[in-house]
Amino acid sequence: MDLTILILQGIIVAATPLVFAAIGELVVERAGVLNLGIEGMMILGAIAGFAVTYDTGSFLAGVIAAAFAGAIAALLFGVLTQVLMANQVATGLALTIFGLGIAALWGQAYSGASTDALDAIHIYLLSDIPIIGPLLFSHDPLVYLSIILVVGVSWFLNKTRAGLILRAVGDNHDAAHAIGYSVVGVRMMALIFGGMCAGIGGAYLSLVQTPLWVENMTAGRGWIALAIVVFAAWRPGWALLGAYLFGGVTVIQLHIQGFGVDIDAQLLSMLPYIVTIVVLVVISRDKIRAKLNAPACLGKPFFGSS
Amino acid sequence: MTKLLKLFTGCLAVLVLMAGVAKAEPTKVGFVYVGPTGDHGWTYEHDQGRLAVEKAFGDKVKTTYVENVSEGPDAERVIQQLARSGHDIIFTTSFGYMNPTLKVAKRFPKVKFEHATGFKRADNVSTYSARFYEGRHVIGLIAGKMTKSNVVGYIASFPIPEVVRGINAAYLAAKNVNPAVKFKVIWVSTWLDPGKEADAAKALIDQGADVLMQHTDSPAAIKIAEEKGIVAFGQASNMKSFGPTAQLTSIIDNWGPYYIDRVQAVMDGTWESKDTWDGIAPGMVGILEFSDRIPADVRKMAGDARDAIVAGTLHPFTGPINKQDGSLWLAAGETADDGTLAGMNFYVEGVEGSLPN
Repeated sequence: MDLTILILQGIIVAATPLVFAAIGELVVERAGVLNLGIEGMMILGAIAGFAVTYDTGSFLAGVIAAAFAGAIAALLFGVLTQVLMANQVATGLALTIFGLGIAALWGQAYSGASTDALDAIHIYLLSDIPIIGPLLFSHDPLVYLSIILVVGVSWFLNKTRAGLILRAVGDNHDAAHAIGYSVVGVRMMALIFGGMCAGIGGAYLSLVQTPLWVENMTAGRGWIALAIVVFAAWRPGWALLGAYLFGGVTVIQLHIQGFGVDIDAQLLSMLPYIVTIVVLVVISRDKIRAKLNAPACLGKPFFGSS
Repeated sequence: MTKLLKLFTGCLAVLVLMAGVAKAEPTKVGFVYVGPTGDHGWTYEHDQGRLAVEKAFGDKVKTTYVENVSEGPDAERVIQQLARSGHDIIFTTSFGYMNPTLKVAKRFPKVKFEHATGFKRADNVSTYSARFYEGRHVIGLIAGKMTKSNVVGYIASFPIPEVVRGINAAYLAAKNVNPAVKFKVIWVSTWLDPGKEADAAKALIDQGADVLMQHTDSPAAIKIAEEKGIVAFGQASNMKSFGPTAQLTSIIDNWGPYYIDRVQAVMDGTWESKDTWDGIAPGMVGILEFSDRIPADVRKMAGDARDAIVAGTLHPFTGPINKQDGSLWLAAGETADDGTLAGMNFYVEGVEGSLPN
């Protein structure tokens, strides 16, 4: 197979966990909540997915378990920050540490265990088309799910009434509350959705990309997802682009090294981060646009009784 | 209330008596790990060493470990915490702990420190490392014989001497048995990131590598090798469960005997600062049994090389060897001295790409 196609396939695999985590966090932030615990939810998803797939032999069960694990963690975050009014930043950081710890504990029993990778779907005829076939029609089901999610979220936020309510809650929770919408209820649902997405993103790492379980295997991807949401200025399509850009630079720099191109390897390793930062800076230069897109109530606590 | 107090003091008295009977306090041994104990590689094997210490001394020792300690300021805090909480000897098991270890050692002159893979010592700081390059020589020979595409993929972590030495040793051995062999080296700038290690493995395979070597800590690369039907070598521990058919053999880190030896020295009061660099012969570096997938003649060749290293008749760095820029490093028949090896910061001739600095 042509090397370019192989590289592009590699990019899709590297980017998919980020797509899941970023699209989930995007919805959460659009609802006005800043959940810094993505990393914790991802790692919980990674171990839950791996453990359940290993024990049952079913990928579907593993992915559902991963979504469930992420959702539980998000629910915990929601209760602490929305009901008990704990500080969102501190709780998010705690969730990350908590997730890494619980996952390590749970994962002890699965150290050294190994499952087969999730197979790619082979679509009759379509997958056999040269170039387009291997590029678009021969991935594992989760890649398609991630794309569907992005399209779905975009449609939900911009075209549905429920999406409008969610954005209203994120932009002005007092007004939304005054009209009679349940701010806490909407935010809880957004959080659970975000948790499920992060969980599946983690499971993609432990079930498809590697596929194995190692402690701390998310290695900071939760934070990258967080940056991608800002990078995307809270727009789903841009989040997809951001994830692919980051995954793309990561994979391409590995290939550049393999070709023996004479560039400093450390510089290349930094490249994905540099690109993200540069784009962030360029975007935030346009203050009006940044303001237009950022949920106005992001990270602010909502006191319903007032 | 007074009853309770009486009971409490009674218990305390019994405890004190018991402690008296059990005589001296246990020797407290601390370990600082760069990764999680479940990485199935580097840290896992250090922890196996710790468990060997516990097994050897029973309740005469008390071991503590802190895992996932990042190299840098965080390390200093953790090492200091261990020193302050009464540990008699502390093993810091990653290259990046070198300066933090020395800094803390200065403040706690009575505590003994052991730093793995470094080169700076003090009165209360020893260094120890294993001659992994001896193992790399053996797997390099196998890689040279096993590759059909003549491309060997190498996933490297950081350009520190230990890693550079491994690349050079493996390359020289492979080149020796297969003049057409090429090494593709990818630096991932991390010890443990299974996702990135897997991405690097895929990139190498996409670029034609059919044998993989790694100097990172997770079994991700061998798992990918298994999936793609190529062969690879385990790293630090037996990774066969991740690549039942892919793993040809593995270099095994065996720290237990050294740890036991050093803890014993602390107990006896004979501990002194020294530099230990042991290889296959004393057992610090192990080579796993060769896979049947390797042809019998190659197995014999690799086994002979291993035996010659043990016997001291073979040094993996024996001249003539040129540096990458073509300048002479070792004349014919000359072997590398430990000083140069310990600080190795150059590729040998034939390795492609430039070494990050």
